[in-house]
Amino acid sequence: MSDTHAQSVAFVRDTMLPEQAPPVSEAGVVKWMRENLFPGPVNALLTILAIYFVYKIVAGALPWFWNGVWTTSSLAECREVLNGATGGCFSVLTERWNQLLFGFKYPSEQYWRPLSAFILLVVAVAPVLFFSLPRKMLIFTGLYPFLAYWLIWGGTILAPLFGLIGLVVAFMVFRRVEGRGFATAALAGLVTAVVVWWLGGLLAAALPGALALDPVPSRDMGGFMLNMILGTVCVSLSLPIGILLALGRQSHMPIIKWICVVFIEFIRGVPLITLLFVANVVLSYFFPPETNLDLIIRVIIMITAFASAYIAEVIRGGLAALPRGQYEAADSLGLDYAQSMRLIILPQALKISIPGIVNVAVGLFKDTTLVSVISMFDLVGMIRGPILASTEWNGVYWELWGFAVVTFFVVCYGISQYSQWLERQLQRDHH
Amino acid sequence: MAEQAQMQVSDEVAIAIENMNKWFGSFHVLRDINLTVNQGERIVIAGPSGSGKSTLIRCINALEEHQKGRIVVDGTLLSSDLKNIDKIRSEVGMVFQHFNLFPHLTILENCTLAPIWVRKIPKKEAEETAMHFLEKVKIPEQADKYPGQLSGGQQQRVAIARSLCMRPRIMLFDEPTSALDPEMIKEVLDTMVSLAEEGMTMLCVTHEMGFARQVANRVIFMDQGQIVEQNEPEEFFNNPQSDRTKLFLSQILGH
Ligand SMILES: Nc1ncnc2c1ncn2[C@@H]1O[C@H](COP(=O)(O)OP(=O)(O)O)[C@@H](O)[C@H]1O
Ligand SMILES: [Mg+2]
Repeated sequence: MSDTHAQSVAFVRDTMLPEQAPPVSEAGVVKWMRENLFPGPVNALLTILAIYFVYKIVAGALPWFWNGVWTTSSLAECREVLNGATGGCFSVLTERWNQLLFGFKYPSEQYWRPLSAFILLVVAVAPVLFFSLPRKMLIFTGLYPFLAYWLIWGGTILAPLFGLIGLVVAFMVFRRVEGRGFATAALAGLVTAVVVWWLGGLLAAALPGALALDPVPSRDMGGFMLNMILGTVCVSLSLPIGILLALGRQSHMPIIKWICVVFIEFIRGVPLITLLFVANVVLSYFFPPETNLDLIIRVIIMITAFASAYIAEVIRGGLAALPRGQYEAADSLGLDYAQSMRLIILPQALKISIPGIVNVAVGLFKDTTLVSVISMFDLVGMIRGPILASTEWNGVYWELWGFAVVTFFVVCYGISQYSQWLERQLQRDHH
Repeated sequence: MAEQAQMQVSDEVAIAIENMNKWFGSFHVLRDINLTVNQGERIVIAGPSGSGKSTLIRCINALEEHQKGRIVVDGTLLSSDLKNIDKIRSEVGMVFQHFNLFPHLTILENCTLAPIWVRKIPKKEAEETAMHFLEKVKIPEQADKYPGQLSGGQQQRVAIARSLCMRPRIMLFDEPTSALDPEMIKEVLDTMVSLAEEGMTMLCVTHEMGFARQVANRVIFMDQGQIVEQNEPEEFFNNPQSDRTKLFLSQILGH
């Protein structure tokens, strides 16, 4: 056609062009290396340098692992066995394994209790993390905190049982009177819960032996178990509290809004370590003297307060990122505040906030090691205190701290991998 | 067409707005609005950008709060009482310029959410209703997709279906076709026309004058927060009275 209409501006295509394959270019390992490792002299030099460093590290570390000693009972014996050769003294890990996990006071014949609590934790958390699992499993998730408390702390099962019953009954009362306004219902629920707990407390005190495990006081908790307890409890408490704070900060009611703002800004302006010192010494003044609130509970309050302030800010970002049209569409369909938050706003805002929330959760989990500063014996506290101070293991730094690093890395890396998987999952679902 | 449309209008008052005023801060955005809409009436609201058209219809379902005057919707006085507001919102459907579908829910879930949670209709029944209206807007086959997978025209038709699932007595449209590519405008307008032919009470902010001629009983022209002129569509287009209306029509209809 170009021959016939060469001079004309008008143009009509009479045959459509067929689709063609892209040009074939060279491929393979050599091409990949040339493009990624040696694209120019400077890059080639950097590549060679990097390879050299990796080699030095591996060459230094491998014999250390390879010659490692696992079965002696003190550092001196390690030195004897090694006889001058490079090698790690990993015996400290095997010999003090139980102390690293459970602390040095938890009765050793009861280790099965925290262990089974840990295994059940996996079952309880699974349906929360993986939506494809049957929703019925969430019932167990709801029961788990009470079960875990009983397993780890022991004592009569009546105490956690009434804790649970109090919550359930309070919720039922709340639903009953919900029609008469939220505040009335919340108050009625609260009163019910307190009454049930009080009765339960009386009963538990009267029958301390009813289905009882040997009680273990909080100050005997230690090792990595303590980090896990603090991490799990504080993350699961700070997420809902953070959501409430974020919503409160958006509230149209000035009092609620200001309480939330002041709380968030205060907490964010204070280092966690000072809050922990406050928990250690000062907080008990705020409670009646006879309550003598457990140190572990005081610490949980502080870490939770700290993490929830940060989570609230992350979620506030997620809320702000939602277009106003979403609120308006929910309103125009007649959904009330609670419904539109729960069904429309929060699912989307939380999805946006996942990376930030995970960030806070990972940070919180690592920060649980700060309790070693107020003389609690978590994993770091155990290493720093009883183990390194013992005559047998004085001076085994690399192996112990390496163990702590690897343990925390495994957990935190796991969390961040999960969050990336979750993000991809949600992305695929919605587009 | 016009006669037929006339016949469907009843004497029952759907919306009564009396001396309504609204301010944004110190900016007097709506001034002394008086408007009565009967059940079955179809009203098109036109006017230059910023004249307060959106604000007016958003006052009707309390997305915006008015400061003076009375609004009675379907016999319920619009006040700050949350119960009344929720009642009115469940009787009044609204379609937005930017669709505002819920992106995290499927098309079907978008349509069943409010009936299930607000009307407390069983899920099964809500899904049947939803499929009925999705068929009506001609996209039942998209029910399990997410809004992000649909074209603009399809999304807007879903938004209309979503409102209809609440079985509203009144429908508000805020420039429903302004965000659409030209080839999709017709499919949305067709849906609105068929809705009008079934006798739905409709208030439409739109610049689609063809639509106004075809289905409206009345065209209202707003400027600077006031109703400047209202008339039957033929009269409105052929014989505009005020200078502002003439200017606006000449701009919007071309030369
Ligand atoms: N939330 C708001 N706050 C302050 N001013 C607003 C707000 N919404 C709209 N306005 C102003 O009110 C006027 C009318 O807006 P609107 O009703 O959206 O006009 P229209 O829909 O006719 O284009 C405009 O000048 C706009 O800038
Ligand atoms: Mg507008």
